[in-house]
Amino acid sequence: MDIFITQLSNGLAIGSIYALVALGYTMVYGILRLINFAHGDLFTIGAYFGLTILVSFALQGNVSPLIIPWILIIMAAIGVAIIGFLLERVAYRPLRNANRLAAVVSAFGASIFFANALKLIYSPNRQSYPADIINLPNIPIFGVDIQSKRLIMFGTAVLLMALLYWYINHTRTGTAIRAVAIDQGAAKLMGINVNKIISLVFIIGPALGGAAGVLMGLFYGQIHPEMGFSFGLKAFVAAIIGGIGNIPGAMLGGLLLGVVEAIAGGYVSGSWKDAIAFGALIVILIFRPTGILGERVADKI
Amino acid sequence: MEALKQTRHIGFWTGIVFFALMAVLAIALESSSGGNTWLRTLNNIGIFTALALSLNIILGQTGLFNMGHIAFFALGAYVTAVLNSVLGWPIIYTLPFAACITALFAFVVALPVIHLRGDYLLVVTIGISEILRIAFVNDIFGLTQGPNGITGIQRIELFGYRFMSQFAQFYLIWGFVAITACLFYFLEHSRFGRALNYIKYDEVAASGNGVNIVRYKLIAFALGAFWAGMVGTIYAPFIRTISPGLFEFKESVLLFAIVILAGGGNIVGIVLASFLLVGMRDVLTMFGDWSMLLFGLMMVVIMIIRPQGIMKPRRRQYNAGHLVGKFPSGIGKKAGLSAGNQAEVVE
Repeated sequence: MDIFITQLSNGLAIGSIYALVALGYTMVYGILRLINFAHGDLFTIGAYFGLTILVSFALQGNVSPLIIPWILIIMAAIGVAIIGFLLERVAYRPLRNANRLAAVVSAFGASIFFANALKLIYSPNRQSYPADIINLPNIPIFGVDIQSKRLIMFGTAVLLMALLYWYINHTRTGTAIRAVAIDQGAAKLMGINVNKIISLVFIIGPALGGAAGVLMGLFYGQIHPEMGFSFGLKAFVAAIIGGIGNIPGAMLGGLLLGVVEAIAGGYVSGSWKDAIAFGALIVILIFRPTGILGERVADKI
Repeated sequence: MEALKQTRHIGFWTGIVFFALMAVLAIALESSSGGNTWLRTLNNIGIFTALALSLNIILGQTGLFNMGHIAFFALGAYVTAVLNSVLGWPIIYTLPFAACITALFAFVVALPVIHLRGDYLLVVTIGISEILRIAFVNDIFGLTQGPNGITGIQRIELFGYRFMSQFAQFYLIWGFVAITACLFYFLEHSRFGRALNYIKYDEVAASGNGVNIVRYKLIAFALGAFWAGMVGTIYAPFIRTISPGLFEFKESVLLFAIVILAGGGNIVGIVLASFLLVGMRDVLTMFGDWSMLLFGLMMVVIMIIRPQGIMKPRRRQYNAGHLVGKFPSGIGKKAGLSAGNQAEVVE
């Protein structure tokens, strides 16, 4: 039981990060039907931005440790949002009317570009966030000590997701985003500037991805330039599990994937962890071909 | 009929001229100093061309988004390596086993997921290839020797001749590419190939016209995997040490990019795209640390310049002349069809 609760807390913590990254995939897919494979690398860029800001502004020791994460998250999110905006302009907009798969190939090109740019700018080796940024005692839950870091991470991610959910469902712009996702043509006729909405989605998604990168760095310590590729792939799997294009689905999928992976890692074997995550994906898709919350779309003939 | 024959022969003769030029190029490179590096690059391109041609059956012809094709290649290479290094079989005897086991594997894993649409199938194929790679890393059944892989694979021996040098392997690899291109060219023009195309362009109409969708999709998957398994058999003795690191997801991406860049499943396009992407990746290594950065940038730029692919989708031409007079009501005559008149279908 102790192992179970520990692994569950691990799973929820990492799952909340998967969920944040999955949101970026799912929002872009919902609007453009594009799998933005470069999104995982935007996550990595966020982690590196966070580290750079932390080191170059000498935040540690000068600012309260409870505020540091928020400064890093906000600044990295802004930085990554700018890159996401440029990415759409340069690599995807020219392909808007082309074959859907052409944009996917372009996304892979961008992904390779980002990972190698990070290698050149920083170094191909792992880098570490300082370990003692947040020093808080462990919190006992059901008699098991849970690292308070994990709770903060989970709480932050959930807060960001709640903000996004509110924004999409209860603001005017959010309504416009939903409208564009449902029918671009009709949205245009209703006076929505579709290009602006697409740009906006490429700002929000990467901003969340960048924030997830900072959380990853703060709480797991180590970052390296190619982590975004495999991490992004998992987050994409999470988006698919939840039903791609569906925002609550991405959150659910992320948490579920994190928990399945952590429990499999704890009970079966760490080296088969990823295989089990992919196995879970295949099993879920066999029974729910469009993901857990995905709608079954009837064929239009 | 004349016109139909002509269109076929243009593609066919281009192919023969191309492969003849390649053979001459190899002799020129062999006799020049430093030509061996180039031969190696050409051999790499050849392997990827053959693989991309096999993926083309699945992705280009049938329109199934398979982004885990490298798994089939890996399985073929591992079957050959295990049979050769553990049981000591000569490489050439492992060929049918590698191909059949890979095809069977593809059939079994595709069976439950074949009904998934586009992007869902794409992520499942990624999952399958990752699971297989992790299984190889974890030394499954004690056969694959983990992350370090299998070493000391013998060279291919055919009629007492051992293919050792890059030069000799060049003929082996490109000979295989030539056979593959030729067979797949005829396949594309066959009834079977037309059925695959029909599924790609309109699944509902195809099924309405009596094409058994699931069956054709599964055959396409198994056939593509069968061929990738054979390429694996050729690759294992070429590289001599195979490890899971060779079959990472990014190689699948490269194959996928080749087929998309080729444009509409065009075989000539596949050869050109392989030269462009694989050749570029090899040549760019001279820029050292900058090589992959440039490669990624080039991928974006190439797709923006040619979003429709290098080659145009080929027009399928049907000769309707032989239909004249076959229908009692004289359909052919009313429509104004006469011998030599073409009904064109644009893909």
